[in-house]
Amino acid sequence: MSELDYTFAVARVRVLEKSLLTDADIAQMTALSDEPAVLQFLAGKGWGESGAAHQTAEDMLACETEKTKQTVRELLAEPELLQIFSYQDMYHNLKAAIKVTCTQGEAPGVFVSCPGFDRERMLQIVGEKAWRELPAHMQEAAAEAYQTLLQTRDGQRCDIILDRAALEAIAKAGKESDEPVIRDYADRLVSVADIRIAVRAAGVGKNREFLTKALAPCPSLDAAGLARAAAAGKESVIAWLRTTRFAPAADALAQSPSAFERWCDDEMTEAIRPQKRNPFSAGPVIAYMLARQNEIRMARILLTAKANGLPETAIRERTRRMYG
Amino acid sequence: MNIGMAFALLGAALATGLAGWGSAKGVGIAGQAAAGVVAEDPSQFAKVLILELLPGTQGIYGLLVAFITLANIGVLGGNPVTDLPTGLMYLGACLPIAIAGLGSGIYQGKTSAASIGLVAKKPDQFGKAMLFPAMVETYAILALLVSILAVTNIR
Repeated sequence: MSELDYTFAVARVRVLEKSLLTDADIAQMTALSDEPAVLQFLAGKGWGESGAAHQTAEDMLACETEKTKQTVRELLAEPELLQIFSYQDMYHNLKAAIKVTCTQGEAPGVFVSCPGFDRERMLQIVGEKAWRELPAHMQEAAAEAYQTLLQTRDGQRCDIILDRAALEAIAKAGKESDEPVIRDYADRLVSVADIRIAVRAAGVGKNREFLTKALAPCPSLDAAGLARAAAAGKESVIAWLRTTRFAPAADALAQSPSAFERWCDDEMTEAIRPQKRNPFSAGPVIAYMLARQNEIRMARILLTAKANGLPETAIRERTRRMYG
Repeated sequence: MNIGMAFALLGAALATGLAGWGSAKGVGIAGQAAAGVVAEDPSQFAKVLILELLPGTQGIYGLLVAFITLANIGVLGGNPVTDLPTGLMYLGACLPIAIAGLGSGIYQGKTSAASIGLVAKKPDQFGKAMLFPAMVETYAILALLVSILAVTNIR
């Protein structure tokens, strides 16, 4: 599709970007006294249903999620561009369905909303071992994860098979995409996910064999080097990260786990930031969608923190950089 | 009609047609962006309308050159073209505005669309936003001058 066909959509997005939350808004919300005050602030910014009284945090966030989906549906002429963003949900539901089927247990609230691959559909596919009904990139991993869980009863091995398959599918879809924003997003997501896995594995003393299986190859990161460093422990990961372009991750990791999680989310925001200067193509529409998801996630963190009475300093450590 | 007259008329047609095509495309691109902004913020209508109209000038320049040409070659006045070299001279004289009008119209439209995005986000930057597409106009004006000087000096 011609990039000029997005001229109308990008112009609309530029107006919508004005209502995105800024870093100053987040600082202001952090300073508010409690959850109702944050909800009131967000309602003043047009969040939630207009005119609705006494909205709960969940209602407001669900409403904003739906508004974002609706806007993107209106603006994006090629919905297939969004497929890559549902891969993680698809693999998550597959993982849940395999575990529920193999353990014959119940897992209420584990499945996430994923059109085409929701709870019932995924349970049916796994129950019938109808792997061919899954997208091509999921079939082999699904069969392997299912067999592994049946034979070993090791949920973690099942997880790493599917997590790696999800990352490889995202990396491949990103590489094949014509949209720079999708290419950058996929590359950044896989590298950040690898670093996150390595940090967690190093924390619980996983060996190199586990790490080699868990980390997905990524053009901007030496997965083998990261696996080697993680097998030697957290300090070794920090030292290794300092030698790469992910040095800020090392500083965040040295500071605290929440600072590291913040760095992970900020990296994703940085991946979409160049779209602010792009007047044509689908990139700004996709960037707007990701920015909205990021601010909804940030609002959830703030609301939860306020509801649980977390001090301002602890909240500030968790505040993500905004796109707006 | 002789072949010289046919070439002179072709020149006038190209000046109007190609420059008009450039303007139509440019205004179309900017118009899509303007509609996008007004869809979300109708208060920006006047500002984005001005930016949308900027690529429309190339079509007017082409029309002006075509009128002068027609007034010189015996269609709307003047002496009819009777020989091939004179006809080719008219054709050549019309080409600068035809070609530059087409190209600058399209690129001015793209720049206007980008400026409309700027105004959408920062309405107070309208003055600066106007300057970017106005720069592209320079080349249409240069082509217009050359075409007018050439058409009016053919003997």
